[in-house]
Amino acid sequence: MDLLPTAFAVLYQFGDAFAFLVIASAGLAVIFGMMGVINLAHGEFIMCGAYVTVAVARLGVPLPLAILTGALVAGLIGMLIERLIIRHLYHRTLDSIVATWGISLIATQGVLIVLGSTMQGVGTPLGSITVGSLSYSTYRLVLMGMALVLLLGLYLLFYHTRYGVVSRATIQAPHMARALGVDTGRIYSLTFGFGAALAGLAGGLYAPTMTMVPTMGATFIVESFVTVVVGGADIFLGAAPAAAVLAVIRASLTAWQGQLFGQIGLLIAVIIVIRVLPGGLSGWFLRTGR
Amino acid sequence: MTAPEEGLELIAKTPAERRSTLAIWLSRLEGPQTMGRGPLFWAAVVAVVGAAAIYPLFVDGWTVGNAAYFFVWTFMAMGLGVVWGYCGALSFGQTAFFGLAGYGYGVLTINVGAAYGFTILALVLAVALAGLAALIIGYFMFYGRIKGVFIGIVTLSVTLVFSTFMAQTAGPQWRIGSARLNGFNGMSGMPPLTVPWPGGDLLLFADIPLYYVLLTLTVLCYLGLRMLLNAPFGNVLVAIRENPERAEMLGYDIRVYQLLAFGLGGALAGLSGVLYTAWGQYITPSSMGLTAAALPIVWVAVGGRKDITATLLGTLLVLYVFQTLTIYGSQYALVAMGVLLLLTVLLAPEGVVAILMRGIGRLFSRRQER
Repeated sequence: MDLLPTAFAVLYQFGDAFAFLVIASAGLAVIFGMMGVINLAHGEFIMCGAYVTVAVARLGVPLPLAILTGALVAGLIGMLIERLIIRHLYHRTLDSIVATWGISLIATQGVLIVLGSTMQGVGTPLGSITVGSLSYSTYRLVLMGMALVLLLGLYLLFYHTRYGVVSRATIQAPHMARALGVDTGRIYSLTFGFGAALAGLAGGLYAPTMTMVPTMGATFIVESFVTVVVGGADIFLGAAPAAAVLAVIRASLTAWQGQLFGQIGLLIAVIIVIRVLPGGLSGWFLRTGR
Repeated sequence: MTAPEEGLELIAKTPAERRSTLAIWLSRLEGPQTMGRGPLFWAAVVAVVGAAAIYPLFVDGWTVGNAAYFFVWTFMAMGLGVVWGYCGALSFGQTAFFGLAGYGYGVLTINVGAAYGFTILALVLAVALAGLAALIIGYFMFYGRIKGVFIGIVTLSVTLVFSTFMAQTAGPQWRIGSARLNGFNGMSGMPPLTVPWPGGDLLLFADIPLYYVLLTLTVLCYLGLRMLLNAPFGNVLVAIRENPERAEMLGYDIRVYQLLAFGLGGALAGLSGVLYTAWGQYITPSSMGLTAAALPIVWVAVGGRKDITATLLGTLLVLYVFQTLTIYGSQYALVAMGVLLLLTVLLAPEGVVAILMRGIGRLFSRRQER
């Protein structure tokens, strides 16, 4: 009698943490994996997606459509920023990170100036379901499904489309790709925009569950950094298993001591991982397996 | 102090070449890793320090305290200059050490008090604590051999988590001895730095005496770093920045050098943290959060990270601009800082002050040639 609800509660906690880590880090992982650039404005793209989603949803547009709009706007802004700024810094990786931090500062404080310190959100949709004596948010179950769909979608995109092949060729051997007629500049631009759109999607998906403040992006970035560091450069070999492992740590510590200790646990995990597995999980997989 | 001596040092030290340790270190005030040499440069340094020394005679106490506030930050900036500019390890987490030492100073002095010059001991202990924390984190990073980008992410994650942790310590159960941590509102009520003095302790409030103490510390730290950076240690740091593999092939254990530089940077950030806390008798978690952590990067990038003089001057300059803009609202000032950082990275990656200094240097050297 008691076993099933307990098992569900544990699975729910794990799934929730997993979904958060995957959705929050996907955009960062795509940009880092493809371009070697850590986008410190990642949190601000998330914030952008969330704000657009809420603004559009409050106009009466259905939430899924609003979320897609949020992702699209974040993606377009991402492409614009790539054109104007990141493009000039590809040969200086550290400088490109510093530049994205400048963008982050401008975006956070700019939104604070224009839209004020808070914005009315939308409620969490879909109500809740009851298993055993506890009730769970249905929307969070949808998010878990979304995380899996996202991983599958990314896999199909990068391994079964022309864009995927060309973009992987571009990261592996940019000169060769260019010699074969690939417009690598366009690929970089698309990839950065795509990563930004994924960040916007994360913002849109989590917007109904959060308070809308200009600094809301900061809630996501520690988790996404940690996932990317533990995962290493490859999204599928690295980030997805990393999210699974870290989700176990986060879920158990959160259940035991609360949200913050979940975060501290993640941090300690990442510090140990960089000492033991410097290339992250994907580096380790590539060394041992295959 | 002429150039050929550099080469001679590499050859076995014959008795004729042996100089006193002091003379060797003093000769390192000038060298390949720092801009500025010759009597003209040092005359300018003396003039600037002299002007700073008589500055309090011309302005009121509040302005002097405010100028002292600028000096508080220079240590963190110079530490970041060493770690990022000279060693090539981009740390986003200097404010973690800043906050750690600030809270450390608060906890120590609130519990023990300020008698018998304990605040000075508390300063040393808190700085040591920050340095130790940097060494521990640095050990995992550098001995794990993680690369540039990851150092930034890990240090920033540490900073954000530490800041979040301190922000939730609001309840009465969060106390160390008699010091309440007070969560997001921060800790206050610690004594200022106190120097035991015959006929009554000297309390260093944000006023003229503190200004002179901070000015002296800044000058000493600046000169000390110049000597260190022109010493073999500094040369190895630059070699690591330019090409880690080559430095390693030459037989240096680069991990040790990176670790020591990172520890030094952490300790200097800690010194800033203690002085900040003692300056305002106040420290909050937001002084190390995401926005606060970005500011040292702006100072050092705008000044010029590869030269300690440019870093120092740039920091003071940017702080002044920032404070002037803050009058119109801190959001506007922060947007301006973001724009400044972007423009620097895109248009003057070496740093604005560094480029200016190089230009002035060229001007003078041309004049001497004529």
